[in-house]
Amino acid sequence: MITSQEQLQSVASEYKKKTAAFDAVIKICCGTGCVSSGALSVYEGLTAGLRGEGLADKVLVKKTGCHGLCERGPIVVFGQDEILYQSVGKRNIDADVASLIATVKEKKVAEQLLYKGEEKGKRYVSPYEIPFYSGQTRVVLSLNGALDPENIEEYIAEGGYGSLHKALHMSPTEIIDSIEKSGLRGRGGGGFLTGYKWRSCRQAQGNPKYVLANGDEGDPGAFMDRSLMEGNPHAILEGMAIGAFAIGSGQGYIYVRDEYPLAVHRLSLAIEKAREYGFLGKNIMGTGFDYDIDIFRGGGAFVCGESTALISSIEGKAGEPRSKYTHTVDKGLWDKPTNLNNVETWANVPHIIDKGWEWFQSTGSPRSKGTKVFSLVGKVKNTGLIEVPMGITLKEIIYDLGGGIQGDKKFKAVQTGGPSGGCIPEVYLDMPVDFDSLTKLGSMMGSGGMIVMDERSCMVDVARYFLNFLVQESCGKCTPCREGVRRMHEIVDRICRGDGCRGDVEHLEELGKAIQLSSLCGLGQSAPNPVLSTIRFFKEEYIAHIEEKRCPAGICKDLIKMQILPDLCTGCMRCAGECPVGCIEGEKKGVHVIDQSRCTKCGACYDACRFGAVKIE
Amino acid sequence: MIEFKLNGRDAQGNQGETILDAARREGIDIPTLCHNEILGSDGRCRLCMVEVQKGNRRRTVASCLYQIEKGMEVFTETPDIHAIRRALLELFLARNPASDVVRHLAERYGVKESRYGKDNDKGKCVLCSQCVRTCETIVGVTALGLSGKGPAKKVATPFDEPSEACIGCGACAAICPTGHIYMEDKKGIRTIWKKQFDLAKCPVCGRYHAPVMQLEFISEKSGTPLDELLTCQDCR
Repeated sequence: MITSQEQLQSVASEYKKKTAAFDAVIKICCGTGCVSSGALSVYEGLTAGLRGEGLADKVLVKKTGCHGLCERGPIVVFGQDEILYQSVGKRNIDADVASLIATVKEKKVAEQLLYKGEEKGKRYVSPYEIPFYSGQTRVVLSLNGALDPENIEEYIAEGGYGSLHKALHMSPTEIIDSIEKSGLRGRGGGGFLTGYKWRSCRQAQGNPKYVLANGDEGDPGAFMDRSLMEGNPHAILEGMAIGAFAIGSGQGYIYVRDEYPLAVHRLSLAIEKAREYGFLGKNIMGTGFDYDIDIFRGGGAFVCGESTALISSIEGKAGEPRSKYTHTVDKGLWDKPTNLNNVETWANVPHIIDKGWEWFQSTGSPRSKGTKVFSLVGKVKNTGLIEVPMGITLKEIIYDLGGGIQGDKKFKAVQTGGPSGGCIPEVYLDMPVDFDSLTKLGSMMGSGGMIVMDERSCMVDVARYFLNFLVQESCGKCTPCREGVRRMHEIVDRICRGDGCRGDVEHLEELGKAIQLSSLCGLGQSAPNPVLSTIRFFKEEYIAHIEEKRCPAGICKDLIKMQILPDLCTGCMRCAGECPVGCIEGEKKGVHVIDQSRCTKCGACYDACRFGAVKIE
Repeated sequence: MIEFKLNGRDAQGNQGETILDAARREGIDIPTLCHNEILGSDGRCRLCMVEVQKGNRRRTVASCLYQIEKGMEVFTETPDIHAIRRALLELFLARNPASDVVRHLAERYGVKESRYGKDNDKGKCVLCSQCVRTCETIVGVTALGLSGKGPAKKVATPFDEPSEACIGCGACAAICPTGHIYMEDKKGIRTIWKKQFDLAKCPVCGRYHAPVMQLEFISEKSGTPLDELLTCQDCR
């Protein structure tokens, strides 16, 4: 068991000595994105190659968590971020592995694997130079992509568990004061002041007290929590142990959805190791403080990310939320005082204890301090995981870090805050991203999903998509959410099919408001957001669908027709090649024609044509 | 005593009392479908929403769960509350077109018709969960539960099969506010929740009076000999 700062440092220095003996360190991103692009084959190819070269003992190859630039995965990084290779093994795995070995042996940088930016001919060697990375401020993610998450010594070598030791020698009130003064707000989306919540829970009557982590993430296109749990599980455990000590809790749970098996595996391993080293369990670090954490695997219902539904689920009941008129800090899990924070909130805690609240308070915007992790997805060039200071503008995120819109199409909207967030149009691109600004726009921070949409997105169809998700994921406990959201979906679906009638928009607004005001939990209260925010900013699209039976973006299949303009068609045959149903006919260099009876209006021909000859009517 | 304001007038209530109970005692009408004085509240139907003002903060709350606080102001008839009631009743009308209870309640709040397509698979069930709560907390057998989620949520026995736990007591059918639960006694057999129960025939008057399984359950719980229970109450 480790009981002192000196012992922590000796583990750290011994591990550093061990790694310094290697000639080179190679970090392969084995986050979910890179694994699905073939990172494990790169790892196997590389380790086998190094064995063949007799270098197996000289090079340390690490499997790390998500590095962030998922769009260009698999990502391989050498040393202290000296060289970044992207798309490794995507085209020719053997050649790429040979390049990796050549980089080690001959210090030869493989040009073809370097990141290529917008500027022609410019290739970036170090990740620090790539705008995607240089625009970020990585705190929570600072060790994601650097650590082998399955090795606790790596975390200790980077200063891990030093904050826990420090906190255990502070008074609980001192810890809570620091967290409160730092201005940290809940990263799960609610944005509630973390220190205030801890204090309420500490002061609440009742024993035992529980300190929980919410790792249930179900938003389409979001993977912040997942990447954190997979990439740096010890940071979450350390944060929870500090919080538990401050609040006076002896038992905690991490709620992880079962669809995240890698997160469950790595967290389990991390918990086991933390117990072995004396960071969890009885008499933590010899201070007499007892706290242990168990993993609770959730069944994967979206509503179970809601605090009271999550608690019901741990209690073994159906995942239905309860009214929050009695706060969970007073009566939560098994009616005992309970403090629930999102995993990202917990991962911020060790940094605040380590560097002080003044440091944390110095980043961010006036009422939203620190940094926030976002998953940037959709029609943006650099999709991936980013961490930025609060108050950064949407434009900086989408254009500087994200590299702009794919295919240089026109930006249309960005959807923030998950399925029940809202869509923000171009005029607000200069808005600072923080809790309050997003709420003002009828959207929300949520847990940090960000979906970028281009001109080829129909906002009515987008609203329909999210409503459909919410209909499926409503728990069905209260009437407005269960019955109301499905009726909103019916109306929007009707509008998309060309059967909208005058008054539908007003009806949606009226029903949406009633649902917001009367639903029991946050899911229902925010479920009308996708519709209300698109009506607010894109009303003309609703009107076009309803009154002119026209889909301006050319997406709603019942309202469009694909046609080839004879004057512009060069007969290149690209569209015919892309058409999945083979309904385009025509000779080479002759005008092509679409057989309307077979056309599924998927738009593949439109996207394929380089001459603008395909017209969507 | 806790003093607060109700629709602008001074009102009083006891510590721990909900707005709904206090308001009803004061003679103010607040509709609900899922509240029951014995079973308490679960906050499902949301018809009892009211507005509460404390200081500068005004919000809508479920009056069946929100407890009165000193100095709070409660409003039960604001434009938002009317809009919520009408929207919910319109949704209920579409869900339960066959329910008289729903139709009468809707009419009382000025909702005559629903703009939505009528459901034909939900019967009269408004998902108030009173049957489930009765079975669990009053009878103590937990033969029923809410299964599924979203619009597919329903009251059912496990896997929709005849429940092993069910004793055929019919308490669920008796408490149901809309008469959704089907129960039939015919030729000495009670049918409920797809299960059939032999009814006990009173050895004295020959009348069928209760399911044998229910009497066995009572006998076991209370220690009363089963023979005694098999004789109907009138002949005992």
